[in-house]
Amino acid sequence: MAQHLWPVTGRRSPGVMARLRHVEPSIGIWILLVVVLAFLIVNPLSRLLLSSLQDPGSGQFTLANFAAAYGQPRYLAALRNSLVLGVSVTALCIVTAVPMAWAVSRTDMPGKTLVGVLTFGAFLTPPYLGALAWILLAGPNAGWLNAAIVAVTGAEKGIFNIFSFPGLVFIIAIYSYPYIFVFTTAALKTMSSEMEEAANILGAGVWRTTLFITLPLALPAILGGAIITFLEAIALFGSPAMIAIPARYNVVTTQLLEFFSYPVRVEVAAAYVLPLLAVTVLLYLVQQRLIGGRGHVTVTGKGGARTLIALGRLRWVVFGGSMVVCTLSVILPLVVIAQAAFAKTWGTGFHAGNLTLDNFRFILFEHQSASRSIINSLAYAAAAASFALALALAIAYIVQRRLMPFGGVLSFLCLAPFVVPGIVLAIGFYAAYAPQPFALYGTATIMILAFTTRFLPIAYANASAAIRGLNPELEDAVRILGGGRITAIRRVVAPLLKGSLVGAWLLVFIPATRELSTAIFLYGPNTRVMSVMLLGLADEGALEPAAALGLLLLAVIIAIVGIGYALLGREFLARQGE
Amino acid sequence: MMPEPTTPDAIRLALHGVGCRFGKVTAVDDVTLELRAGEFVSLLGPSGCGKTTTLRMIAGFIHPTAGTIAMDGEVLSSPSGSQPPQRRNMSMIFQSYAIWPHMTVAQNVAFGVKLRGLNAATVKQKVERILDIVRLRHLAERYPATLSGGQQQRVALARAMVVEPRVLLLDEPLSNLDASLREEMRFEIRRLHDEFRMTSIYVTHDQAEAMVTSHRIAVMNHGRVEQVGTPYAIYNNPKTRFVAGFIGRTNLLEGKAQGRVIRFDGFAADTTLFAFAAELDGDATLSVRPQSIGLAGAAPAPVAGRRMWSIEGTVTQRAYLGEFWDYIVAPLGGNMPLRVSAPPAVDFDVGARVWMSIDPTQVVHVT
Repeated sequence: MAQHLWPVTGRRSPGVMARLRHVEPSIGIWILLVVVLAFLIVNPLSRLLLSSLQDPGSGQFTLANFAAAYGQPRYLAALRNSLVLGVSVTALCIVTAVPMAWAVSRTDMPGKTLVGVLTFGAFLTPPYLGALAWILLAGPNAGWLNAAIVAVTGAEKGIFNIFSFPGLVFIIAIYSYPYIFVFTTAALKTMSSEMEEAANILGAGVWRTTLFITLPLALPAILGGAIITFLEAIALFGSPAMIAIPARYNVVTTQLLEFFSYPVRVEVAAAYVLPLLAVTVLLYLVQQRLIGGRGHVTVTGKGGARTLIALGRLRWVVFGGSMVVCTLSVILPLVVIAQAAFAKTWGTGFHAGNLTLDNFRFILFEHQSASRSIINSLAYAAAAASFALALALAIAYIVQRRLMPFGGVLSFLCLAPFVVPGIVLAIGFYAAYAPQPFALYGTATIMILAFTTRFLPIAYANASAAIRGLNPELEDAVRILGGGRITAIRRVVAPLLKGSLVGAWLLVFIPATRELSTAIFLYGPNTRVMSVMLLGLADEGALEPAAALGLLLLAVIIAIVGIGYALLGREFLARQGE
Repeated sequence: MMPEPTTPDAIRLALHGVGCRFGKVTAVDDVTLELRAGEFVSLLGPSGCGKTTTLRMIAGFIHPTAGTIAMDGEVLSSPSGSQPPQRRNMSMIFQSYAIWPHMTVAQNVAFGVKLRGLNAATVKQKVERILDIVRLRHLAERYPATLSGGQQQRVALARAMVVEPRVLLLDEPLSNLDASLREEMRFEIRRLHDEFRMTSIYVTHDQAEAMVTSHRIAVMNHGRVEQVGTPYAIYNNPKTRFVAGFIGRTNLLEGKAQGRVIRFDGFAADTTLFAFAAELDGDATLSVRPQSIGLAGAAPAPVAGRRMWSIEGTVTQRAYLGEFWDYIVAPLGGNMPLRVSAPPAVDFDVGARVWMSIDPTQVVHVT
C-alpha cells in the first residue's frame, strides 16, 4: 500500500502541528466563516461605537454627539422613564408570575395545563398586537371596558385610559410575565423534593417550608427571569410607540425613533443607545452568574412521585387568579382582535350587521403594500432562518469537533447578539451599511442580514445542543470503517440532526416573522414587514385592517408552532426556553 | 473471510516509543508494543492511564507526538504525519457501541462493506453470514433502538468484523452492560476471536475481562506500559507494585534486606527462602497474595524438602464472604497487618493466636 501521509510543513511543535494538520484542508471555510461573522456582528457593533465618537461631516474624533444626546432635559427624562418603566414592569411580573409558577409546579391547583398553554400563548403574542388589542379594550372613550362601565353604571365616562404610564406598564407586563414564569417553574420542577422533606421532618409546616426553603432556593431563577424581563421591557419598541407616544410620554426607544426622523442623526442615536447596550451586557452577565454559577439549584431529585401541596378550597382561588392574568393577556385581546378584524366598525360590538370580510380584502388585495408586507415577512424570516441555521451549524460543528483553532472566539461571536437589543443592532446596521459603498438601507438584503444576526444566537444554541447530543463515536465509526469526514456528515450527522434542525429553523422563523424593533429602522418603501405595516395602520387609525393583519400574523405563528409540535412533540416547547 | 498469514511470527502491529502530549499533559509516554497477526492483546489500567488514547492513536483519531505506529511494516502514524482512520483498514468497537440509530441492523452491518465497493450480492451474503455468526439474523430489519444492550453489542461486533479488518480495536466494549451480560459477552468475544483469529486490541479497566479474552495483557499506568505478559505471568509474576496491586488483591510488604535477613515491621524472613535472594539488598517490597497464605492454630511442623515462611500473629478483623474468609492478621510485635483469604472451614475468632505459613515460591519481588 502506498504511503498516504498528510503533508506537513514547518517545524515539529506537537500542539500546533497537530492542530494545523486539521486546519490545512479546510482553512478556506474557516476564513469564510470569520468574514461572515465580522460582517454580521463585529462591523455593525464597532460602527456603532465609532460613529458615536465621530463628527458626521468631517469624521473627526468628537464628544459632541454625547453632548447632543444627553444635553437636553427631555432626553434625560426618557432615560429615567425607561428605568422606571423597566422596574415597574419587572415588579408587576414578579408578583404575578412567581405565585403562578409555584401553583403550577407545586400545588394541586386545577387546570394547570390550561394555565401553561395560555401563558405560552402570551409568550407567542407579539407585544404590539397586544397593545393594539388593549387600545380597543381600554381606549379612553370607546374602549370596550369603558363602554361596559358606562352601560352598567350610567357614568359619564369610563375609568380606564391605556394611554398612560400605568397603561404602558400593564401592557408590557402582561406579555413579559412568561419569562419569570418559565424560569421559576423550571427551577421548582428540578429542585429535589427532598429539600422540602428535610424541612418537613424537622418540623416545618407547608407554608414555612415554602417561604423559607422553596422560594429562597428558587430565588436565583426568579432573579434571572426578572433581569430578562427588565431588559425586554426597556428595549421594547412597539408598545411604547403605540401607547407612550400618544400619551406624550417619552422613553429611550421612542426617543431613538425621534433621532431617526428627518434629519436623521444616527451619530447621536449611537451615543444615546450606548448606555442601553452597557446595561444589557452587565445585567446579562449577572443573570448568567445567577443561573449558571453557584447560585443555581443544581441538586435534582430522583424523580418518582413528589407530593403536591394540597390547597383545599384555596386551590380554586389560585386558579381564578391565574386565569385572570391569562384572560387579560390572551383571551380578551384575542376576542377583541378577532371581533375588530371581522367588523365594519369595531366600536359597535357583536351583531350580524357588523360582520364583514372587507378588512381582509383590503389588506390582501387593495392596500398598496399590506399584502406585500405579508410576503416580505415570510420570505425574510425564511431566508434569515435558513442563513442563520447554516452558519450556526457550520460553526457549531467545527467548535464541537475541535476541527479548527479559535473555536471559542467563533462561538462567542455567534452568541454575542443575544446581549444586543434589537434596536441597538438596527442602529449598528444602519451606521455600517446605510452609507456608501454598501448603500443597503431599505433593501431586502439588510433586513435579512439584520434578522439573521438578531436570531443567530437562537440558531447557534440549538445547533450546538443538537451536535453536542450526537456522540462523536457515531462519526468515528464511519471513519474507521473507511468513510471520510464528508461521508460521516452526509450519511450519519445529517440524517440524525434532521429533526432538531427543523425545530431550530422554526424557532428562528417564529420570532423573525413578528420582529419589529430591528425592522423599524431599516425598512424601505418596498421592504415593509407585517409588524411595521401593523404599526403604520394603527397609527393611521385604521384599527380594523390592523386587527385583520394581526390576526393573520397570529395565524401564521400558531400554524408554525403547530408544525413544530407535530414534528417534534413536547421537545419543541422545551427548547424554546434555551 | 480472508486467510491470516501463515507465518506464525509475522508482526502485524508495532508501536515504538509512542507518546502523546496535550499541551503540558503527557497522556501517553514511550509505549512500545508489538502484536503478532492473530494475537489478542488487552490494554489494562485505571481510568486516565492512557489506554484509550493509545487505542485512538492506533485508530488514527489522535496523532502521536512521539514514536511511530506501523502495520505490516508500513508506518501509519508518526509526529510528522498520520494516515486518516478511513485508510487504515481497521475497525473498532466503541464504548457507546456507536450503532447508527437511523439505520437497521442490516444497514449498519452493510455500511463498511458497501464502502469497499463490493457488489450487492456479495454485500448481502457477507452481512447474512456475519449476522448468523453473532446470532442476530432474525433481527436484521429491526432498528437499534428496539434492541437490548447485549444485542446492540452484537451488532457492533458484526459491523466491525464483517469488513475483515487488519486490526480490530475494542474500546471498553462491555462497560455499558450489566454484570451477568458482561460475563457472557466476554466469552462471546473470546469465541469470535477463536473463530476468526483477528488481530485485536482490547482496552479495559476490568482485569477479569482482560484475563478471559487475551493472549497477552499490557498493564498501563500514568501513560506508560508497566508490564506485558500472559494473564498467568501478569498475575503470578508482577514486576511492579502497581501491577501486583491492580491485578487481584495482594499484600505489599515493605522491608529492609541486610545480609541473609529481610526485616519487616514485626517479623522477618531468611532471604535464602526466595529464588530472588540475590536481588535483595536494602529497601525491598515483596508481594504475597492473600490466598497464598495458610492459617493454622499451632506452629506448623516442618516438612522435609519444603521450606516454608512462618509468621505468628493475631486475628484483628474478619469477614465471611461465602466463598472464603477474609482475615486481617497482625504479626506479633509489629504494625504491618496482612490480609489472608482462607477456606470456609478455617475458622478463627478475632483475637485468636494464629500462624501464617507462606510458600516462598508464591512470593514475588516487585519494584
